[in-house]
Formats: sequence, C-alpha cells, structure tokens
Amino acid sequence: MKEIKTKLLVIGAGPGGYICAIRAGQLGIDTVVIEAGKPGGTCLNVGCIPSKALIHAADEFDKVAHLSGENALGISTTKPTIDLTQTMEWKDGIVSRLNFGVAGLLKKHGVKTVEGWAKFRDGKTVEVTTPTGPQIIRAEYVVIATGSKPVELPFLPFGDKVISSTEALSLTEVPKKLAVVGGGYIGLELGIVYAKLGAEVTVVEAAKSILPQYDKDLVRPVVKRLNDLGIKVMTNAKAKGLSTKGNSLLVENGGGADHKIPADKILVTVGRKPVTEGWGLEEIDLRMDGAFIHINDKCETSMRRTYAIGDVTGEPMLAHRAMAQGEMVAEIIAGEKRAWDKVCIPAVCFTDPEIVTAGLSPAEAKELGHDIKTDLFPFQANGRAMSAEREEGFVRIVARADNHLVLGIQAVGAGVSEMSAGFAFALEMGARLEDIAGTIHAHPTQSEAFQEAALKTLGHALHI
Amino acid sequence: MGEYVIKLPDVGEGVAEAEIVEWEVSVGDVVQEDAVLAAVMTDKATVEIPSPVDGRIIWLGAEPGDVMSVGAPIIKLEVDGEGNSTEASTSGPQTEEPETEKSEKNVPKKREQSFIVEPPKTKVEIKKPSGSKLRKQSVGPVRAEGEKPVASPAVRKRAQDGGVDLRQVAGTGPAGRITHEDLDAYFDGSSVAVGPKGGLVPNTSVSEVKVVGLRRKIAEKMSISKSRIPHITIVEEVDMTALEELRATLNKNRAEDHPKLTLLPFLMRALVKAVAEQPNLNAIFDDEAGVVHQYGGVHIGMAAQTPNGLVVPVIKHAEARDVWGCAAEVNRLAAASKAGTATREELSGSTITITSLGPLGAIATTPVINHPEVAILGVNKMAVRPMWDGTDFVPRKMMNISSSFDHRVIDGWDAAVFVQRIKSLLETPAMIFMEG
Repeated sequence: MKEIKTKLLVIGAGPGGYICAIRAGQLGIDTVVIEAGKPGGTCLNVGCIPSKALIHAADEFDKVAHLSGENALGISTTKPTIDLTQTMEWKDGIVSRLNFGVAGLLKKHGVKTVEGWAKFRDGKTVEVTTPTGPQIIRAEYVVIATGSKPVELPFLPFGDKVISSTEALSLTEVPKKLAVVGGGYIGLELGIVYAKLGAEVTVVEAAKSILPQYDKDLVRPVVKRLNDLGIKVMTNAKAKGLSTKGNSLLVENGGGADHKIPADKILVTVGRKPVTEGWGLEEIDLRMDGAFIHINDKCETSMRRTYAIGDVTGEPMLAHRAMAQGEMVAEIIAGEKRAWDKVCIPAVCFTDPEIVTAGLSPAEAKELGHDIKTDLFPFQANGRAMSAEREEGFVRIVARADNHLVLGIQAVGAGVSEMSAGFAFALEMGARLEDIAGTIHAHPTQSEAFQEAALKTLGHALHI
Repeated sequence: MGEYVIKLPDVGEGVAEAEIVEWEVSVGDVVQEDAVLAAVMTDKATVEIPSPVDGRIIWLGAEPGDVMSVGAPIIKLEVDGEGNSTEASTSGPQTEEPETEKSEKNVPKKREQSFIVEPPKTKVEIKKPSGSKLRKQSVGPVRAEGEKPVASPAVRKRAQDGGVDLRQVAGTGPAGRITHEDLDAYFDGSSVAVGPKGGLVPNTSVSEVKVVGLRRKIAEKMSISKSRIPHITIVEEVDMTALEELRATLNKNRAEDHPKLTLLPFLMRALVKAVAEQPNLNAIFDDEAGVVHQYGGVHIGMAAQTPNGLVVPVIKHAEARDVWGCAAEVNRLAAASKAGTATREELSGSTITITSLGPLGAIATTPVINHPEVAILGVNKMAVRPMWDGTDFVPRKMMNISSSFDHRVIDGWDAAVFVQRIKSLLETPAMIFMEG
C-alpha cells in the first residue's frame, strides 16, 4: 500500500479544513488535505453559496412578478416565467467556479489534496480509499474537519418525495405544493425561494414560533413577510409522516388534531448533526461533548496533536467560525501562541427580510448578570429604506449601563446582512455606544440606522 | 484654599486596623474626586481608598507596610474652598451626585469579600500633573472577577505573541479598553523585560520590593513554623495505578451533579482513615501552654496558590464527607480563594494540612508544617515508571509523598507508621471505602 508522510493532515476540505490547509501552507507546513467530495464542503457545494444563488434568482423573479401587477412605481411588464433547469445550471456554474478556486488556492500554497474517504487506523495514521486504491497517510498533527449533515427524521426518510436541503438546491421544477418540516433558517430560506417562484408553501414548526433561537421582535417582520408571500405557517405542529397514498404530509397541530397537507415535495430541515461516523472515530476514542468532539480554546481534542474544527465541534455551525478556527489551528501548529479569543461570531439568517445577530441579545445579556441599556431604531425612519420600498425592520443595540460597552447588536430588514461586518467590528474593537454614535455613517444608507440606534440608546436619537 | 483630612475609613465589620499596602499617589499629585489614593489591607481583604474631593496631596501619614487604626488621619489634601480639618464630620464639598451614591463613595463600606477591586467608573480617571513620573502600571486585575478584558484584535494578537495574559493588564481606554499604549507600558514595566537588542549586557539593577500584605503574613507564619518546629520529613513512593483506575471509572460514570474527582478527595479520605488510628497526628500543639489538643474532627487545610500568594482554605469535617462531598467542597473553596472571597472562617481552623504542587510537584519536597499543627502531607508528581514485579518491568503510575512531622511530639516511629498507612490505603483504594 502506498504511504505518505506529512507534518499536517487535514480531514475534510470544507471552509474550516481548506482555510486551515491554506494557512498551514503559507506558514511552510507540509500539509495534506483529504476530501471525499469536491473542495469547499457543505458551504460551497450544498449550503451557503448555492442557497444564496437561488435566493438571488427568486428575488429577481419576485421583483418582476411584483412589477407585473399594480405597483407604486408606475412600471408595467408581463408576468415572468422561469426555466429552473437553466437557473440550476447557472448556480452550478458558480459552485464549480468556486470549487476550482479553492483547489487552485490549495495548490498555490503547496497543499497536497488527496481525493477519497479517510479512516483512522490510529491517532496519527489514516487509510484513505482513493479512486486509485487505498493509501496510508501518517502525520505528526491531525485536524478533524468532517463537518455536519442534515438530520433525517425516522418517519420521513429522505427519498423521492422527502428531500433535504441538498436536493432542494437542485430541483429542476418548481413544486406546486411544498411542505417544509422545520421552521429554522434553512427551511425558511428555501421555503421563501420556492414561494417566490410560485410554489404553495406550508411550514411546519414544532416550537411555538418559527426561528425559535431569535427573539420575538426580530422574528416579527419575517412572519409578516411570510404571510404576504402566502406561506402558511403552522406552529406547535408535529410532522408525523407521509399519508398512505404518499401525496400528503400528516401533521398533528397543537390541539392534537390531525391534518393532511398535500405536497409534491417535503423538505425536511430539522437541524444538522456532526459527521462523527464512518471515519474511525471509534479507533481513537476522543472525548466528546454530547454528539460533538470536545475541544478546548485551542481546538485541541483529548488526543495530543489532534485538533478538531468546525461543525463537528459544536454550535454555532457556521462556516466563518470554522474558518477562524482553521486559521488559528494552523498558526498553533506553526508554533505561534494562539487561543480562541473572539468576542462574537456574527450570524446571518438570509430570510426575507434578513436577520443579523452579533454578540448578546438583551435577554442573554441580562441572563449573564449585566445591567444593560438597549434600544432600537426602526427603518421606517430611514430615508434609504423608504426609497427602496423596504421599511420593515430595525437595528438594535445592547450595551452595559455603567460604561456603555456594546455587548450585542441585532438587526432585521432587507439587505441587513451586509451590515454584519460593522456590527462584528464594533464588538471586536470593544466599542462603546459613544464610538458608534460618534462615527459618521454615510447618508443616505441603511447603515445610518446603526448610528441612530446608538444615539437612541444614549437617549438622543436625531431622526425619530 | 483649605486643608482636607482623609481618615482611614471603617473597612469592614469588626476591623479596628488596616495595613497600608500601597500609595497610588505621592505628595504634590493633583487628584480628582474618586481617584484611588491608596490600597489598604485587613486580614480579610484589600480595599481601595478613593478621594472624596478634588485637591492636591500635601501629606501622607504612613509608609507602605504601616498598620493604622481606623479613624487615624492618613492623607491631607489642599482643596479649593474650605477644608474639613476643623470640622471632623464634613463629608467634603457639595457635589451634584445623587444622595444615594454619595454614602457609598466616601467610605467603601464592608467590601470584605474581594481582593479584586471594582473597576473605576468611566468618568473617573486619575490625572497627574504634567512632568510627574509615568503612571505606575497596575499589574493586578482591575476588572471585576470573571470579566473579560476589552481589547481590539490587534492588541489581543500582540499580547498572545508576547505571552501576556490580558487579564493582567490594566486598561486605560474608554470602558477600560486595553490600548496599545497600555500593552507597551506593561511590557516596559514587567519583570519579563523585552530582551536587549544585540549581545549580552550586565544588569546591575536592584529593585526593592516591600514585603507587605498577604506576603508579609505568609512570611511571618513561615518563620514561626520553621523556627519553632523541629521538622522530620519522610519521603515514600506510592503505586497509584489502582487508585487512578478507580478515579477514572468514577469520573466516567459520575452523576450529572457530581464534580469531577481529582486526587485530592481520595487523599483526604485516606488521611481521615489514617488519623483515626493515630489521633496524635490530627492535633494542634500549643507549645506555650505545653498542651496537645487532639481533635475528633478532621479539618484539612489545603495549601492553594492564588494570584496574591499562598492561602490555606480548610475542608471542615472531612470525616463526615465522602469523596464526592470532599471534591465539591474543594472546588468551592478553591474558587472562593482564587476570587479572594473566602471568609476568615474558611481560611482557619485546620488540624492537618495537605500540600500539592500538581504537575510541578517534583520527586520530593520538604513541606513546612502549618503551625500550630503537627503534621503535613505533601504530594509529589505522578509519573509512569518501570517497576520490577519479580519477573518483568511493568509500567506503573508512581507518585511520591513527602510528609513532615513536629518531632517534639511525634516520634519517628509514629511518623513512619503513618506514612506506611497512607501508602497502603492509596495502593489498595478499596480500603479507603471500607467501613470501620
């Protein structure tokens, strides 16, 4: 059997793994990365990137559809149609451009990529089943970056009708009726896409509200928009399985009554779980945190010189968390002194409107014992939002009452995802309310609402 | 212009005197209201004395290390308008502060629990007259316990590169933010000097470090122990393999509400067993009265390193606690000691002491008895060593114990019996759990 020796072995070329490998390459570390699929992982192939492409396509379609009816702008056009096969080809083109880009970056930094499925033989040796036969790789350091996959419901196994987010990103026809099980961000992002493209969408959520991890104020504008788009939302409702004919989803509502929801496709988005099987975790017996691999603030596992990063290490399962961990681990292996010291991991929910959270919510801050000041500035009072016909939503700031140190920033509104950079930056820099209030925010932009939210929290907003 | 006298405030219930640990100002400094003037220490806590007024320091009534009575004048300030030197009860010039805040401000009331002093409010900044020496950099934590330091990513990276724990760096920026300048000052002032550029140079500096506060108390206690007690120290090796297996199993299967077991709870239980047979070791020797007080209860002192120095919190009635109970109490006391919130009761009343340096424990130590106790059990580092089992070398987890005894009241024979008893209990841990 062929054998390679390397200093660093990265298992998985998702956002965590490929960043780790690139950074290690930059630092002159002999690095091998193993990937069974295409480089880029869930994010690039079946997650962030393709879903954003489809969201863009659906938004463009929705705009034209909106303009084909009565509208304030006086524009008239005919009703749009869509060839979803062509849309998917376009989306696939973007994905493969990025696959190519990641592969190129790895190569440029001297990282060797091995295609295949890795399996641990011992803590520092893996066997890879490659298309050209098995291969043994021995390494001094190992980084586990195996990621996560959609959770399957036992009574709704993935198959022809029942699909996960992966298949939902590759449909060639808009389903007439789409049932979405799970009203988290993935289900809603895709549900909104297909609703805009003409599907009749029903969202079934077991909790008492959709997007249960966000507070009511942040969710309210999304609920309203879902309503306007004709998406039916059932909360406190449990999916039970397929009907005997197989053409509808059986749902028990909060009162215990059973419903049949006719559906051509049933999208199950009830969460993601770490990929901890099939690569020999049992051979190395790492300490776990529930279903996740336990790590410390240096991403070290319980085994020496073995690190884990990304979704396999726990929440929040976000690509940019994995990337930051990957970069840090590469630097640690290069001998630099590093430890996880981030103030926040911003999170964006690409629903319509979008939700951004960075740092602590008012409730979380109070729970941690902070005496807080908090206030929000609505986009209704923002000229740019008005002139874009999107006045819903707000920016909210949470700060310490005693020294005005900003603890958290949240926003909901059209296009607020791009404001996340400013939010995270303010938190990492240790900004006080006065710092944000004292920074000129260009007029006329939505970001003025950020400055105004700081002013309002200080008690002297100017535009409200 | 008037003279304003600041007296040593009542810093805690039942405290009649306090030691001046450090002056934060010197004569001639101009200070603003609320600026920290001095740190004083009682046997319970260190508290800061803030200035109740704006003014210029004209007199300091003590040297660091002096012990002053509550009510004694310690600082005189020159202030605008009338002072208070004729009128003892004046609380200072009228300010626009709400009434509720004022009473707190003049006298820090009963902040007994903390070595760590609350961060100054944002508007409070010590202003020094231009030309005075650089503000002395506090190396101690200035934030409340558990509070994260605030610093930009660039500052954090510089600190990590330099091996600096930002929790130890004072922040002078808004909201206590640590700036690049704060870090520069820390690098300049810290003993870990940024190395000289090019070549070796002789360093002829001698810096004077006053032995004050907790350090002085430790120094006094150690002198008494070593000058009065003729120590006898015995070092023995213990095969910890069985106990470590047991510990791992217990930890693996422990109930959710159970703390993780370290070695300490097992040592405590073994100690309880051993002194049950040799009560003369669980005792206090009052050498002035010539009496040994043998205790029924086993109150185990646990030598612990804190940011401020050595303290010995006490696990009371270890005989009435099982390993889980001991572990929970150890965790609670360790956290309280680190935070400086341990009460006087929790830091006194031990009848025997365990000292452990964990992974730094070396192969042998000569523990100093915690006077007036008569015995101390020292724990050295555990390591896997090849041991001869009669036919082969086998890897065993070995650990030495180094124990000292007061030879005035404990004979070598007794000491040896005790050490062997501890050894056999640890090597056959089931015996620790046997009743009777």
